[in-house]
Amino acid sequence: MNTVETWVIIILLGVGTFVLRFSFLGMIGGRPMPEWVLRHLRYTPVAVLPALVAPAVVWPAATGGDPDAARLLAAFATVAIGLATRNALWSILGGAVTLYGALWLLG
Amino acid sequence: MTASLSRSAFWRGFREGLPFVLVIIPFGLLFGVVATEAGFNLAETMAMTVLVIAGASQFAAVQMMADNAPAVVVVVTALAVNLRMAMYSASLTPHLGKAPVWQRALIAYTLVDQCYALASQEYERRPQQSMAEKVAYFFGSSMVVCPFWYGMTLIGATVGEAIPPGMALDFAVPITFLAMVAPMLRTLAHVVAALVSVTVALLLAWMPHNTGLLVAGLVAMAAGAQTELWQARRSAGL
Repeated sequence: MNTVETWVIIILLGVGTFVLRFSFLGMIGGRPMPEWVLRHLRYTPVAVLPALVAPAVVWPAATGGDPDAARLLAAFATVAIGLATRNALWSILGGAVTLYGALWLLG
Repeated sequence: MTASLSRSAFWRGFREGLPFVLVIIPFGLLFGVVATEAGFNLAETMAMTVLVIAGASQFAAVQMMADNAPAVVVVVTALAVNLRMAMYSASLTPHLGKAPVWQRALIAYTLVDQCYALASQEYERRPQQSMAEKVAYFFGSSMVVCPFWYGMTLIGATVGEAIPPGMALDFAVPITFLAMVAPMLRTLAHVVAALVSVTVALLLAWMPHNTGLLVAGLVAMAAGAQTELWQARRSAGL
């Protein structure tokens, strides 16, 4: 990734994100969004984020794409703790402890 | 009188935003570290944090750029992560839609998850407030959250340069995302969307330029929406 490309991505992402945030606030008396659009938007984070990480969990680049027990365990612990505590910070902490613990134990 | 009401609304927003600082500190630090490890220099890391102020999409963009995904795929995917913000914008419009345009632009710029959550609760609790008070409350909350996000990223980026490689930091982003998603799995529809997302992403991992990710996101959104509809119909006894 070269410098120009990096800056183009940063600027497009900044402008695009602002447009999304300004969209309805920017249009006074904007009509309400149709129900089916809202219904899909509700699921964007849970639809996009897991897809983004799934390949990195199963085939991590750090091991050359071979499944790695420590990383799989850490991912599992992160999700389990997140579901149990409903708290992202405990979840990250638990995942990190599991990752380093398992890397250390499994060598 | 109006000015003092606005002032007290501003400070109420400020106070109620304070607890979120506990969340912003580690995420901001982590973003600074991860971006630096991915090869961003300080100017690039800070520009992204200041221009975008949306943690999840920033992590997503950095991760994909480290994977050498094409620029178009990086931008489209990261913006897809931010689509929910159009929903925030729509939901605040009845309260803030008549404010001067420069105020609405500033509100839009700082419309992060935490400020949205605070404002939507506040406007529901105190609907009789004037427009000026509602705007002041919003700015109060964003004056806490946003400077911390910038500052913590800066510290993280500075510290990141000192962290040696081989710390398994490749896994910081997956863990962060899983930790953000797990608490969101409140309903069956959210769980279905997440499972479909993972399954389709793994099945389509062979597709070039991370495009399988876009397909997985779209299919998973539809799966969540359809599950919601199906449940609504079932509970209505149809």
